[in-house]
Amino acid sequence: MKKMISLLVHNRPGVLSHVAGLITRRGYNVESIAAGLTENATRTRISLVVSGDEWELSQVTKQLSKLIDCIEARDIKYSEAVIGEVALVNLDVEPERRPEIMTLVNTFGMRIADLDNNTLILQVVGSTHLVDMILNGLAPYRIKTIARTGLVVLPSERCEKQEHFL
Amino acid sequence: MKQFHDTDLSGARMIVSFLEKAGVKVVFGYPGGQIMPLYDAIYEAAFTHIITRHEQAAAHAADGYARATGRVGVVLATSGPGATNLVTGLATANMDSVPLVAITGQVPTVAIGNDTFQEADIYGITIPVTKYNYLVKKAIELPQVLAEAFYLASSGRPGAILIDVPKDVQNETLIPPEVGSVRLDGYNPDPVLDEVQIASFAAILTQSRRPVAYIGGGVTISGAENELFRLVTESDIPVVSTLMAKGSFPEEHELSLGLLGMHGAKYANLAIHESDLILALGARFDDRVVGDVNHFAPGAKIVHVDIDVAEIGKRVSTHLAVVGDLKRVLTRLLTLVTPIRRPEWLRQVVALKGKYPLLISAAGDLEGIKPQSVIRAIDEATCGEAIIVTDVGQHQMWAAQFIVSRKSRRFLSSGGLGTMGYGLPAALGAQVGCPESQVVLITGDGGFQMNIQELATIRENDLPVKIVIINNGCLGMVRQWQQFFFSRRYSQTIWKFNPNFAAIAQAYGIPGHTVDDPKEVTGAIQAMLAAPGPQLLDFKVVGEENVLPMIPSGGGQTDFYDA
Repeated sequence: MKKMISLLVHNRPGVLSHVAGLITRRGYNVESIAAGLTENATRTRISLVVSGDEWELSQVTKQLSKLIDCIEARDIKYSEAVIGEVALVNLDVEPERRPEIMTLVNTFGMRIADLDNNTLILQVVGSTHLVDMILNGLAPYRIKTIARTGLVVLPSERCEKQEHFL
Repeated sequence: MKQFHDTDLSGARMIVSFLEKAGVKVVFGYPGGQIMPLYDAIYEAAFTHIITRHEQAAAHAADGYARATGRVGVVLATSGPGATNLVTGLATANMDSVPLVAITGQVPTVAIGNDTFQEADIYGITIPVTKYNYLVKKAIELPQVLAEAFYLASSGRPGAILIDVPKDVQNETLIPPEVGSVRLDGYNPDPVLDEVQIASFAAILTQSRRPVAYIGGGVTISGAENELFRLVTESDIPVVSTLMAKGSFPEEHELSLGLLGMHGAKYANLAIHESDLILALGARFDDRVVGDVNHFAPGAKIVHVDIDVAEIGKRVSTHLAVVGDLKRVLTRLLTLVTPIRRPEWLRQVVALKGKYPLLISAAGDLEGIKPQSVIRAIDEATCGEAIIVTDVGQHQMWAAQFIVSRKSRRFLSSGGLGTMGYGLPAALGAQVGCPESQVVLITGDGGFQMNIQELATIRENDLPVKIVIINNGCLGMVRQWQQFFFSRRYSQTIWKFNPNFAAIAQAYGIPGHTVDDPKEVTGAIQAMLAAPGPQLLDFKVVGEENVLPMIPSGGGQTDFYDA
């Protein structure tokens, strides 16, 4: 099982160590972790995807809430939030094969982030499922490197009925 | 009156000034290069500084002081090895929810990260063993950090806090900012009580025919002894206790079943097994208490009251959880519960007590001194008035079984972490905090040697700690496990050499005697307690005695080893 947690913490030095340390020592598994500043410079929002059995997952949010730096730890359902991730893919593509790539780029709304003689860096934005699918689709080309942000999650009152992805 | 904020102060003086204003009477510590500015400020501080002979002992002493008095213990150490030596003490205190503030020196901020002489990342090292910790980068942060640290250490579920202060921050001089009341967003040390849950609690209790109160350290921390006493005596609820709760319900009371768990009396564990309702009050279902979670109190509903929401459902699933300060919860509960007499259940429990009494094994004292008889003699001579401090191992469990505790804060022991070497420094800390009390350390020949150097601190401060060594010439608890579970292969548990502890004590200027005759046990203890100043008695006890009964690790409440 997996679960998404949105964590609002004080933006203090060492806060990521406290979060990561807790996850390690309680034996939880982190699929992804993404942190960044918020509208309030004294606060950081951390989006976590944690996997484990039902019992483990029932504990992790309570343990995170207990961190002194934690202002709020919230379990996120897909229906309650805007969710998405960014992936950057560095492809090794000869110029003559670029048109094929461009078809994919246009179809999936990717962006070309960098272009060199034999190199193309694509930016993919979307759900984990979409990113996984695109990376699969790009597999026939030579993928040199990939960087993924992991899921970024923002709770929203408006997203009550349907799934919302970036 | 001198105004705190109208003059420039160095970071070091800010720390001293804060500790003085916070009412700190004593700190424990050990100086070194990177904490010299703070020690210079301490030269004229209003509080006492006790220098131990090892930083680990300073941390345990501050812990013993905190457990005995209920006040925040304070410990100081230098950077690098000084700070790393505190780690065991911090972990010990934090595991048992003891309020402790450690202040460490650190290399100057510009030197951090350069593998500077005596540099260790104590901030990073102590994240897992503290409630919270700080690395202070500027002196202007110090007043706020200190105020937060004391607040965090002592509020909610108490714990250990570390503040790492680089040398240049100790030296930096400025007008200290004023600090208002501390408030931390997201930190809620006193949760609002849920009236519905408390009403459900009352209803479940009223319906119960065979309730048992399972009490933990939370009773003492919250100061809920009187409310607990009223609840269980008015409603005929037998009480089983963890090591941390010893004495928070008087163990000589007929409702007390003493310790539960691995080395609890058989009747205590059987009462749990036969109960229909467990009231878990400020306890955390530790593995040494519960054993096999699937066989714990199979016929019972569980109501769990704890201030720490993360303890709810951590080990066992509960039927009802009440999150909040135990004293407040019980006070509210008492207004909702109609006292019920449960004579049939009490008869059943009394029958269990009669059928499976806690005994010193039958062979008696023929082949030598039984360790349990030494502890019983201490109990009889002190009548519940002394502060009993233990180390860790067999003697600790015998003390838990045979010392009849009557009040909170009179049985100090490393419960969660099980730290050998805790006893001697904790005893000296307790004696510093309670100079009028009789402090008796019950220790083993293993744990005693882990911080034996503290005899010097005891002598230097003329602390009248009475030291009793249960000397079985081996690491008894591990030896016992080897006997039961490793086919008597006594790997590295039986010393080939032990020193003469009485002579060591004498070399430290502390009267010490060896006792090996069973007939001399009672007299020796009475003489020791009557004598002034620190005293040491080394009891040579039979080597192969076991702590019984015993439920093997992970066993169910009825899986006893008892012979």
